[in-house]
Amino acid sequence: MNTLAKNSITCAITLAAAMSTANLYAQTEITVATVNNGHMIEMQKLTPIFEQAHPDIKVKWVTLEEGVLRQNVTQDIANKSGLYDVMTIGMYEAPIWGERNWLEPIDTSGNYDVEDIIPSIRGGLSYNNTLYAAPFYGESSMVMYRKDLVKAAGMEINDRDSWEHIRDVAAAVHNPSEGVYGMCLRGKAGWGDNMAFLSTMANSFGARWFDEDWKPQLETAEWKSAVNFYVDLLTKYGPPGASSNSFNENLALFNQGKCGMWIDATIAASFVTDPKQSTVADQVGFAQSPIKATEKGANWLWAWSLAIPAGTKNADAAQTFIRWATSKEYIQLVGQTNGWASVPTGTRTSTYENPKFLKAAVFAEAELKAINSANPADSTLKPSPYVGVQFAAIPEFQAIGTTTGQMVSGALAGSMSVDKALKSANSSANRQMRQAGYY
Amino acid sequence: MMTLNQQRKFKTFITGAFAWFIALLLFFPIFWMFITSFKTELQAISVPPSLFFEPTLENFGIVQERSDYLKHAFNSIITSFGSTFIALVIGVPAAYAMAFNPTKKTKDILLWMLSTKMLPAVGVLVPIYILSRDYGLLDSRTGLVIIFTLMNLPIIIWMLFSYFKDLPKEILEAARMDGANPWDEIVKVVLPLSIGGISSTALLSIILCWNEAFWSLNLTASEAAPLTAMIASYSSPEGLFWAKLSAASTLACAPIVIFGWFCQKQLVQGLTFGAVK
Repeated sequence: MNTLAKNSITCAITLAAAMSTANLYAQTEITVATVNNGHMIEMQKLTPIFEQAHPDIKVKWVTLEEGVLRQNVTQDIANKSGLYDVMTIGMYEAPIWGERNWLEPIDTSGNYDVEDIIPSIRGGLSYNNTLYAAPFYGESSMVMYRKDLVKAAGMEINDRDSWEHIRDVAAAVHNPSEGVYGMCLRGKAGWGDNMAFLSTMANSFGARWFDEDWKPQLETAEWKSAVNFYVDLLTKYGPPGASSNSFNENLALFNQGKCGMWIDATIAASFVTDPKQSTVADQVGFAQSPIKATEKGANWLWAWSLAIPAGTKNADAAQTFIRWATSKEYIQLVGQTNGWASVPTGTRTSTYENPKFLKAAVFAEAELKAINSANPADSTLKPSPYVGVQFAAIPEFQAIGTTTGQMVSGALAGSMSVDKALKSANSSANRQMRQAGYY
Repeated sequence: MMTLNQQRKFKTFITGAFAWFIALLLFFPIFWMFITSFKTELQAISVPPSLFFEPTLENFGIVQERSDYLKHAFNSIITSFGSTFIALVIGVPAAYAMAFNPTKKTKDILLWMLSTKMLPAVGVLVPIYILSRDYGLLDSRTGLVIIFTLMNLPIIIWMLFSYFKDLPKEILEAARMDGANPWDEIVKVVLPLSIGGISSTALLSIILCWNEAFWSLNLTASEAAPLTAMIASYSSPEGLFWAKLSAASTLACAPIVIFGWFCQKQLVQGLTFGAVK
C-alpha cells in the first residue's frame, strides 16, 4: 500500500472516529421555565450534578415572575412556539391542559416511584388517571401562631378549632399599641391571593363556587356569612392596610413579630422557623385550619410541578430531567447537600418517613396532615361539579376568581358593602359562565 | 425690609431649594433601591426601615451566582444601541423630508405616527407574538431590535422633525446654490448643525429601549433576555426577595446611569435646543 493510500485510510478512520465522538457527545439543550423560589433556585444549583450524570443533556433556565410565567407558558403552549421544553405549572393548569392534550404525559415507568407521590397531589395533577405534571413541591394551608402570645393571653389553639374560637384568640392577642395584630390574612385581590384563602374559608362555611348546573353561588348565605366574618376579623384584628397584603407582606409582618396568628401556605413554616429570617423562629406553633360547618375544603392544596408541552422536540431529554428532579433520589441529594430542612416538601410520602427530615423540620407533621386532609375531588359540603379546593379547575376561573377578589378586597378596604361586592361578583361570574356556554 | 438685591437672592434661594427638593424626591426611590441592595432580607423588610446598618455584598454575590449578568447586559447593549441606530437611519431622512419639503399631508402623517404610540402594547401582543414565531424571531436579539426600532421610531421622527424645523432654511438654500444634492444637505449641513438634537434623541431612545420590559419579557426566554428580564426573575411569590431584587436592579441600572452621566451635557443641550429664541 502506498503512503498516500495509507494516509487516506488513517484520515478517514480519524474523521469517522471524530464524527462518532461528536455524535456521542452531541448535547440536547432543554429550556426550563420556572418561578423564583428557594426550592427552584436550589434545583438550578444542583443541575450540574444532573448534567454530569447525563452528558448528552444541557439544561438552560428561564426564571420568571409568577404572573409572567403563567402568561408566557400559556402563550407558548397555545401557539406551539416551542420556547420551553419543561415548564413549571400549578395544580390549576395541569388537569385543564392535560384534557386538551397540551401536555405530554409524565413517564412513570421503570424505577420512578410514582406510588410514593402523595395521593391527593397525584390526583390533582392528573386527568383521567394520567399524570400530566410531576410535583416538585407541594403545599396546603394551616394556622401558624405565636405560642408565647397565645399562652400569655390564657388561650389555646388546636387543630380544627372553630372560626369563632380563632376570632376570640385574635381578640385576646391583638395589641396594636405594641405593634402586634391578632390576625394576618391575605387581602390583596387575585384568584391566587385573597381568593385562595377565602375559598377555603368559604368551603368550611359550607359554600361552593358553582352548583351542579355551573351556576355561580356567590350570593348564597354561606358566602355572605364567610366573607362578612373575614372582613370583620381583619378590620378589627388585622394589620393596617390588610387589603394590600398577600403572602410576602404577611411573612414580613410575622417574621418581625407583628402577627399573633397567620393562616397561609404550609411552605411558610420553613421561613417562620428559620432564625436567619425570623425574629420569632422559636415561638411558632402550628395547627390545622379552622372550620365552621365542615372540614371539607378547609385547607387548600397546591403543587408547583414540572410538565412537558406537547410537541417539544426534546421530549425524551425533558422526561429524563423531570424524572430526576422529582425523584426520591433528588430529595436525598438536597438533604445531603443543603440539610434536611431545605428539601422540597409536600410531594412524597417517603420524605415524611425520613427521621432526618422529621428531626430537622418541626412543621413536618402538621404539613403532611394538612396535605392529606385536602381532597380536590371533594372539597365542598354541597355537591359541586368542579375539581379543586381553592379554585375550580376550569379555564374561566382565573377571570372569575380575580374579579371576585377585587370586589372582596374593595369590601375589606371599606369602599363597598360585602353584599354589594358579592352581588357584583356573582353577576360578573354569571355573565362569563353564560358566555362560555355552560348554560 | 429687604433690598432689591436681597429679594433677588431670596428668590434664587427659594427656587434652588424647590429644585433640589424635586430632584431629591425623584432620586429617592433609586437611592432607596441602592441602599436596600446592601441589606439582608430581614433588614430590607424591617419597619421602621433601618438607615444605619452593616452593609453586606451577599446579594450581589447571589445575583452573580444565579444570573449570567454579562449575557443579559450584552443583550441590553445590542438591542438598545442597535435599534436606536436603525431608527436614526430611517428617522433622519424622514424628518428631513417633512421639515424641509412639507406637503399638505405632513401634519396628518406626523399625527398618524404619534397615534401608533397611543395603542396599548398588549393590544398587539398576540399578532406580534405569532409573527415572531413564524419568522423564527422569538427569543432572538434581531426580533427585539426590530420591535424596539418600530416602538421608538415615531418619537425619534417627531423629535428630529422639531429640531430640523428650527434650522434656518436659508442655509440649505445656500448649500443648494453651491450644488449640494439632498444627501449632501443632510450629511454636510443638517447633521452637523443639529448634532445636539440628534444626540439627545439617540440618548432618549437608548434609555427607553434599556428600560423596556413588556416586549422583552414576552418575546424572549433564555438567549436574548435583556437586563429587564433578569430583574423580573428576582420577584418571588413565596419568600422574601427585596434585597436581592434591589441588587439585581442596581446592577441593571448602573451601566445606563453611568452612560447618562457622561452624556448629560449633550442630553441637556439637546432637550433645551430651540427652547429659547
